[in-house]
Amino acid sequence: MPDANALLDTTTTDGAFLVLAIVLPAAGVLLSFVLDGRHAERIAFVLLPSGLVLASIIFADVWRSGHRLIYIVGDWKPPLGIALRADGLSAAMMLTMAIVICAVAVFAHADFGTRAGSADARAPFAFWILLMAIWGAMNIVFLAGDLFTLYVAIELLTFAAVPLVCLDGRAETMQAALRYLLFALLGSILYLVGTALLYGSYATLDIVLLSRQLRMEPATLVAATLMTIGLFAKTALFPLHLWLPPAHAGAPAAASAVLSAVVVKGSFFIVVRLWFDVMPGMLGPAGAQLFGGLGAAAIVFGSVVALQQQRLKLLIAYSTVAQIGYLFLMFPLALDPVSAELQSGPALTGGMLQAISHATAKAAMFMAAGLIYAVLGHDRIAELGGIARAIPMTIFAFALGGVSLIGLPPSGGFLAKWLLLEAAVDTGQWWWAIVMLAGGLFTSAYMFIVLSSAVALPSEPLKLRGTVPRYQEAAALALALTSLLLGLVALGPVDILGVGRPDSIMGEPR
Amino acid sequence: MSAAALFGLSGAALVGIGLYGLVTNPEPLRKILAFNLLGSGVFLVFGVVSRRAAASGLGGDPVPQAMVITAIVVAFAATAMAIALVLRLLQETGRSTLDADNPGGAGGKS
Repeated sequence: MPDANALLDTTTTDGAFLVLAIVLPAAGVLLSFVLDGRHAERIAFVLLPSGLVLASIIFADVWRSGHRLIYIVGDWKPPLGIALRADGLSAAMMLTMAIVICAVAVFAHADFGTRAGSADARAPFAFWILLMAIWGAMNIVFLAGDLFTLYVAIELLTFAAVPLVCLDGRAETMQAALRYLLFALLGSILYLVGTALLYGSYATLDIVLLSRQLRMEPATLVAATLMTIGLFAKTALFPLHLWLPPAHAGAPAAASAVLSAVVVKGSFFIVVRLWFDVMPGMLGPAGAQLFGGLGAAAIVFGSVVALQQQRLKLLIAYSTVAQIGYLFLMFPLALDPVSAELQSGPALTGGMLQAISHATAKAAMFMAAGLIYAVLGHDRIAELGGIARAIPMTIFAFALGGVSLIGLPPSGGFLAKWLLLEAAVDTGQWWWAIVMLAGGLFTSAYMFIVLSSAVALPSEPLKLRGTVPRYQEAAALALALTSLLLGLVALGPVDILGVGRPDSIMGEPR
Repeated sequence: MSAAALFGLSGAALVGIGLYGLVTNPEPLRKILAFNLLGSGVFLVFGVVSRRAAASGLGGDPVPQAMVITAIVVAFAATAMAIALVLRLLQETGRSTLDADNPGGAGGKS
């Protein structure tokens, strides 16, 4: 296919935007270091919205043209050079993460804002730099065209995420951060072994080139297995989820929102790249069922443990463990029964929509939990009585986030689970449908526990420790509404997820 | 046995020892050391790959060498961060364990 080859190896017209998406955050981080710490927030407030604009431009570009954007760095073509590629998946995820990160920035202004005239404090300084670093690392994850750049990106992501866990410097959060770091390091070194083995066999790590040469042989299988286990550890898929609840629940609210909504999606995205783009034919029915089985176990385990939690933030963290499970149900559902290859179809769309709607909904819920903590001084679920009257907007945002997690229409979660259910029926794998429905019931149960407690009448008058700024509540509500309305919006541009998929390049576009 | 095979086997052995240490040792510091051992094994494997993949008649393939330098920098940064966390934990609580039952610090959770 000379045409396709030429197409894949040249910089497209708007390819320079991809470079900008990586350079801007990096510039922000470096500038914040060089300038006084107090400027970090101002720099972030200039750069994060421009990142949102940039992600929108890339999204619109990919959607309108129906082709991926490509930038060949330094005009050195792969396999020697590095390519940046934005297909439909990258564009959609980039836009989602930009929206979430901007909302988190607005929310964090209250907690990590640097007041005029104050001495520069460590935590705000670190927070804004880490937020920009996470944004940049996520963009590299979405745009990178080869497996080694993905390794560097996932490491950057880890290094930015771990300090966020222990921003307040308490011993238990430091322990959580250390445990997270050790899990992540094990994950990344396993991933690195995999890349070494793949390079040894094929002398390239470029995703497109690799996908054409891949053969079923022991070295490739070992490499794929090691990389997958490493990425599972970073994504906190059951049974490698142990680090997640203490890390996500202990962090400050704004940081929890970023960690739960954004960071775990990074390594998940690489799993998708690896299995759907690099080696769609390698997983096979048994492997796909195993992925789905781990996902199902995560849903059941995460939900059951979430039901038993006494504290709101831990409940939300365990709910993240469960919702990550849904993401892996798409693997058995996307497997074509005839060719035994992973296909880009409704199941992939459903899985990615689940990632997007979970990102927005979960960020909103962690923000709401942070506001509840700020108002009450605790987040014990049993003692939330009356809070719905004190901060109704926040509780509303929390409930809307829950609606999306449960999968009620018209939320993004509904559309995602609908597509997955449909794929389960189409491929005759009814057992995944049962898991999904059971997960929905569990989710409704723990949402009901929290909400019924929040709207209950307090036994004694509520003692409020403080008030929360309206814009913090608005940020949480905006994200929850985004998640809710995603189901409607996705009726239009949902096709973007199929743009630039390997199938649609080889054959005709879907 | 060729040199490449010898180096490859040494790398594999290091990876095995490091992995064992990382999984079984409860002490964070020992885990970090094991991670470094594991890392060295991987770097050695990269070196072997560089030797084997030199199909173009050069002495070695430069791409894996470039990768391994990046990976060493990453591993160094990771180690520094992990050590910093362990030290800080030690200062705060007087001990550095991952034991969840004894968080050590005072104060409630947020």
